[in-house]
Amino acid sequence: MSDIILEARHINKEFHDPVTVHVLTDITFTIQKGEFTSVIGKSGSGKSTLLYILSTMDTDYTGELLIDNVPMTGKTDADLARIRNEKIGFVFQFHYLLNEFTVLRNVMLPGIKLNKHSEEEVAHRAMERLKMLDIGHLAEKSAYKISGGEKQRVAIARALINDPQIIMGDEPTGNLDTKNSDLVFDIFKDLTVAHNQTLLIVTHDQSFAENTGRVIEMEDGKIIRQ
Amino acid sequence: MNARLIIGIAKSLLLARWRQTLVAAVGVTFSIAMFITLLSFMNGLNDLLDGLILNRTPHVRLYNEIKPSENQPVNMAPAFKNSYNFIRSVKAGTIRQEIYNSGPIMQAVEADDRVLGVAPKLTTQVFYNEGSIDITGVINGIDVEAESRLFHFQDYVTAGKAIDVKNVANSIILGKGLADILVAHVGDVVQVTTAQGERFSLKVVGYFQLGIQEIDKVQSYASISTTQKLLGKPANYLTDIQVKLKDLNQAPAVAKEYSRLFSADAEDIQTANSQFETGSNIRTMISYAVGVTLLIVAGFGIFNILNMMIYEKMDSIAILKATGFAGQDVNMIFLIIALSIGFFGGMVGLLLGFGFSVIIDHIPFITPALPTIKTFPVNYSPVFYMIGGSFSLITTYLAGFFPARKASRVDPVEIIRGK
Ligand SMILES: Nc1ncnc2c1ncn2[C@@H]1O[C@H](COP(=O)(O)OP(=O)(O)O)[C@@H](O)[C@H]1O
Ligand SMILES: [Mg+2]
Repeated sequence: MSDIILEARHINKEFHDPVTVHVLTDITFTIQKGEFTSVIGKSGSGKSTLLYILSTMDTDYTGELLIDNVPMTGKTDADLARIRNEKIGFVFQFHYLLNEFTVLRNVMLPGIKLNKHSEEEVAHRAMERLKMLDIGHLAEKSAYKISGGEKQRVAIARALINDPQIIMGDEPTGNLDTKNSDLVFDIFKDLTVAHNQTLLIVTHDQSFAENTGRVIEMEDGKIIRQ
Repeated sequence: MNARLIIGIAKSLLLARWRQTLVAAVGVTFSIAMFITLLSFMNGLNDLLDGLILNRTPHVRLYNEIKPSENQPVNMAPAFKNSYNFIRSVKAGTIRQEIYNSGPIMQAVEADDRVLGVAPKLTTQVFYNEGSIDITGVINGIDVEAESRLFHFQDYVTAGKAIDVKNVANSIILGKGLADILVAHVGDVVQVTTAQGERFSLKVVGYFQLGIQEIDKVQSYASISTTQKLLGKPANYLTDIQVKLKDLNQAPAVAKEYSRLFSADAEDIQTANSQFETGSNIRTMISYAVGVTLLIVAGFGIFNILNMMIYEKMDSIAILKATGFAGQDVNMIFLIIALSIGFFGGMVGLLLGFGFSVIIDHIPFITPALPTIKTFPVNYSPVFYMIGGSFSLITTYLAGFFPARKASRVDPVEIIRGK
């Protein structure tokens, strides 16, 4: 039991604006440590909505969510921020780098926030991850001066800085050309194989999903295959 | 560590928008500088105008007022003790204007710890004779040294030397306005007639100019002994004992106490000059009102730039929150931005305000009405700088409060979903 990283129990979500729409219905599944899981489904099937709930950013739902066997129900804004900081890494379709900072500093920010290592150590760890993703030479560049594919790799490095329990991605290759998509996929694959990293990636790229260890398919807010 | 991180992020956001930041900070600088300058100048003026009267006014004045006795004999008679007695046409009796026992009283007052000094005075009405015209006036017999030490007498003597009134026998210092009417120059002799009808010749040794026409046209000064000679009174005859206290605010209490102790009338400075307080207060209020208005305008500037920054930085706020910054952290980032604009803008404003004050302090301001003033008056009280500094921080905090709260409530899901 101890290697269950994430567990969703009967998660339901409705939007009430302007009319009530039932977006997620009775979502129940678990994710084990080291699994590379992809979530697929048609556009509008509720994949993103589910991911935001699993990431603790959206707290407006019914049902139970456990991360690292700890229930997320009733936690404060600050508690949840701390959990995201420590246990979850994010990669979105858009990179969301802070233009005011260098590449290295962008990667370091969540690490300094965690306050577990000294600033020099965080810088060292950030550099390690950038080098692992083959972009060590970009460290001192301003975040807005690098290419789209490079930005997405920086975002992955940022997601990795605190050794998260799980990395979540919402169509992380959605904006990239085939070459960069393949590159990002290879990085993910390497993370699971070489570092036993747990991954939960939303995608609508069929070939991407086929190569992951496990596929969860959604339709109209329900899981139809897992 | 966390505080440093938050400050670091705030600093980067600030510097990324340094032009707008500068404009907002200049707004604060300008209003604080104006605030300081205005308050310093207005209070300088207040001090000057108050000084005109207050410097020359004793904190407590002991005298005997000519008035009917409050204890009429009928009230003291045992037979009518329990009646309510109506007495009509009460007149003042043989009461004297002189202060009884003036010598011992002066000694007792001088020995009081709360007292800075005591100056005796003897006031009498006279007529100045100019050809066939008689001009009414007042001669104040004073102890020049005590009067100069306690009430800045020598500052207002614009021609001649104050001390001459003591050193030269039968001499007088005329009010400037009076001297003009009498066409009396220093060294001339003027004729005066006392209320008793005695005529005297007095030598003019100087002019006195307070800057208030009504006073300069009637008042003149002589030594106490000269005045006693005019009145034909002995050497202990005094009409006023003027007391200057170490703390002006004690005056009403001390006046009450002395009045009882020495069975004389005692007037405190607050009662004698209540109208000047009002003028000062209004000038101070105007300065504060202008300063606060300017600061509010500057506050809106800061409010604007923060709102703009937050609108532009929605993505950054969203990712900060997604990667583990709590709403409180985001709130702090924007409050720090607001407060640093206030702090640095305010600091420069204080320096600039000081600079302006110094400049005003050096602008010549020469008027015959105010002989002791050479430049515009300025009050450099550190209190203004403390108030100005706190104001700038408080205003910018308030200006930053709502934008920062808005930023802290940004829902990252909404931003990220929007992409
Ligand atoms: N804020 C919202 N208010 C109302 N309906 C929403 C909102 N966000 C998403 N939806 C609806 O929820 C459904 C699922 O959306 P989403 O999770 O983005 O799907 P996917 O990511 O699978 O494309 C869609 O029908 C969408 O219209
Ligand atoms: Mg989606």
